[in-house]
Amino acid sequence: MFDALSDRLEVVFKKLRGAGKLSEKNVQDSLREVRQALLEADVNYKVARDFVKSVQEKAIGDEVLKSIEPGQQIIKIVHDELVTLLGGQAEPMAPIDKSPTVYMVCGLQGSGKTTLAGKLALQAKRKNKKPMVVAADIYRPAAVKQLKVLADSISVEHFHLEGKKPQQICAEAVKYASKNFIDLVILDTAGRLHVDDELMKELEEIKSLTNPDELLLVADSMTGQDAVNVAREFHDRLDITGVVLSKLDGDARGGAALSIRQVTGCPIKMASVGEKLSDLEPFHPDRLASRILGMGDIISLVEKAEETIDLEKAEKMKEKILKSQFDFEDFLEQMQQVRKMGPLDSLLGMIPGAGKALKNVQVNEKDVNRMLAIIQSMTIEERRNPKILDGSRKRRIAAGSGNSIQAINQLLKQFAAMQKMFNNMNRMKMKGLPKGMMPF
Amino acid sequence: MANPFQKLRESLSKTKDNILGKISRVVLRRKIDDDLLEEIEEILIEADVGVKATMRLIETIREKAVQENLTEGEQVIDLLKNEIRSILLSNDTDESPIETKPVVWLIVGVNGVGKTTTIGKLATHLSNQGKKVIIAACDTFRAAAIDQISIWADRARVDIIRSQEGADPASVAFDAAQAAKARQADILLVDTAGRLHTKSHLMEELKKIRRVIDKAVEGSTILSKLIIDGSTGQNALNQVRVFTDAVGCDGLIITKLDGTAKGGVLIAIAEELEVPVEFIGLGEGVEDIQEFDSSKVVEALFE
Repeated sequence: MFDALSDRLEVVFKKLRGAGKLSEKNVQDSLREVRQALLEADVNYKVARDFVKSVQEKAIGDEVLKSIEPGQQIIKIVHDELVTLLGGQAEPMAPIDKSPTVYMVCGLQGSGKTTLAGKLALQAKRKNKKPMVVAADIYRPAAVKQLKVLADSISVEHFHLEGKKPQQICAEAVKYASKNFIDLVILDTAGRLHVDDELMKELEEIKSLTNPDELLLVADSMTGQDAVNVAREFHDRLDITGVVLSKLDGDARGGAALSIRQVTGCPIKMASVGEKLSDLEPFHPDRLASRILGMGDIISLVEKAEETIDLEKAEKMKEKILKSQFDFEDFLEQMQQVRKMGPLDSLLGMIPGAGKALKNVQVNEKDVNRMLAIIQSMTIEERRNPKILDGSRKRRIAAGSGNSIQAINQLLKQFAAMQKMFNNMNRMKMKGLPKGMMPF
Repeated sequence: MANPFQKLRESLSKTKDNILGKISRVVLRRKIDDDLLEEIEEILIEADVGVKATMRLIETIREKAVQENLTEGEQVIDLLKNEIRSILLSNDTDESPIETKPVVWLIVGVNGVGKTTTIGKLATHLSNQGKKVIIAACDTFRAAAIDQISIWADRARVDIIRSQEGADPASVAFDAAQAAKARQADILLVDTAGRLHTKSHLMEELKKIRRVIDKAVEGSTILSKLIIDGSTGQNALNQVRVFTDAVGCDGLIITKLDGTAKGGVLIAIAEELEVPVEFIGLGEGVEDIQEFDSSKVVEALFE
């Protein structure tokens, strides 16, 4: 794995500890590390170079040289600059305010267009709008069917004309939509290489026939240096209005986004963060900046927690902890809440520093499942009062959950340790827990 | 059918222009100095040669220039050619392992790299060589993936073992492996759902598929082939690492190398990974796949 930028800068500044004074050369050394980090995050070479130059001017000021933690200071400047470059703040999609509003989706093969079409449709539906997806990919085998299956799964209308050209399909779709009270038409075009002149022409024609309100380029967040050329070509020919970053749920650092933003000047509007149709989020420049620098994404984590955790329940839980009444029943509920937030490993990935600290720790979804199975094999009474668990009960639970008795003893031990920890915390008169979050 | 080498040459012509073409223009009438090296570095990075390979190439030029007393910019070209050649050829192995039939190719990769299309092309390619091929449609997750692979199987005129969407991929793999044995197939191509390597439950599912196949055709040769999108940046390395940990990785297939300038990724992969590239995808047509021959690629890039 790549070292996070903060680790590397630490190395640079450690060398200086003895020297006592920071010089311009030190700053330059650290900026070289910054540049390397950007390149490793797939930021375009020229973009990275220009970026470092602009940071250099800011960083050589007295503020950095005199600060106690110059490494942190430089990272802050770099981070802030990145956020600015990425567009400052999230920019919304064109509103669905006329009948029909048209979104056109284009991009390279395999960037995630069809899935995005489905996600956009679902999002519109949740806003009580009536969307319709249009299958204009007549080239890839079964692409039309793929969109149809997705549309059916969310009960959204699907439009396609067998044997017709994509231009015609899209034009007809818009006509159909305006007669049938459709609020949003989503045109799913075929994947194509930006150097494929014929297919790029096809997109130009679709654009002029349908006059889309939003022309989105879907960009794979794992793309390398070529992202610049792709974005430039699509933008030059089609004048795109926004970019959607796909597959951000992987571990790509996503530097391509910075290049795309720089080259096209177009805002990055949405980010695709999973395979489920609900996994589409507004794009947050600050989070991507942290990610490009390998700094984790704590804000997303907190937000996810706030979204999924029931505040009232959390309050009750807090009460229980404070009164040392936390039992297995509560633990189960707590685990289920956390589970709703997504796979554990992706949650851990968002914690700053976790990437480094947990490099070799595999959060095993299976172990968690095993633990839940054990608790679920207990009776309510046993969950409330684990002390009554004797040999015979343990045997029953072991058989019921498919575990060994040792596994059950181990869980009981861990749980006892946790209760003890809570007791200690209470004794320290802890004032309050953060909203909705548990201290473990 | 067009001459395959011609096709390779055409596909890599932009890469060639992008690396050697640009560098040749830059070095004209220049002395070897830091500025020049930086410009060369820029060209290499932008051609997706990779950060590590680029840094190494630049260091080597710097050292050799001193050792051999080179001063003229043009002298860099030969140095670079030699270095790139040795990087590309470094992963060549000439021994082909003994294989027990049915040989199973487990085709894996992240979403959207072109697994299904590649399998379609591979099926045609292999059956044209007179091999009996069966396809296992184990992508039961993505909408219409089974239809897509079925169309490719029809085109290649090979048998396909399939189930319905949402079925357990491991059970399809099991059936297919047994069918491959019973029908005395030479090669079983297993299409799997795209998965990001960061999703541990999906990687577990992949391990299970591999285990099930292991059991169904005990003693057979099972090879995992990882497909990588040619436009992927540095993340390709993470992909190889994690997939290798999960199900091993006997070879890479690099797709979508047609027509654009991203052939540089072949150099990055050869430099940073020990896994050989076995095939490259050069287009959407059924014949647009080639066995990777590093010396031919070197020729297409340099001559």
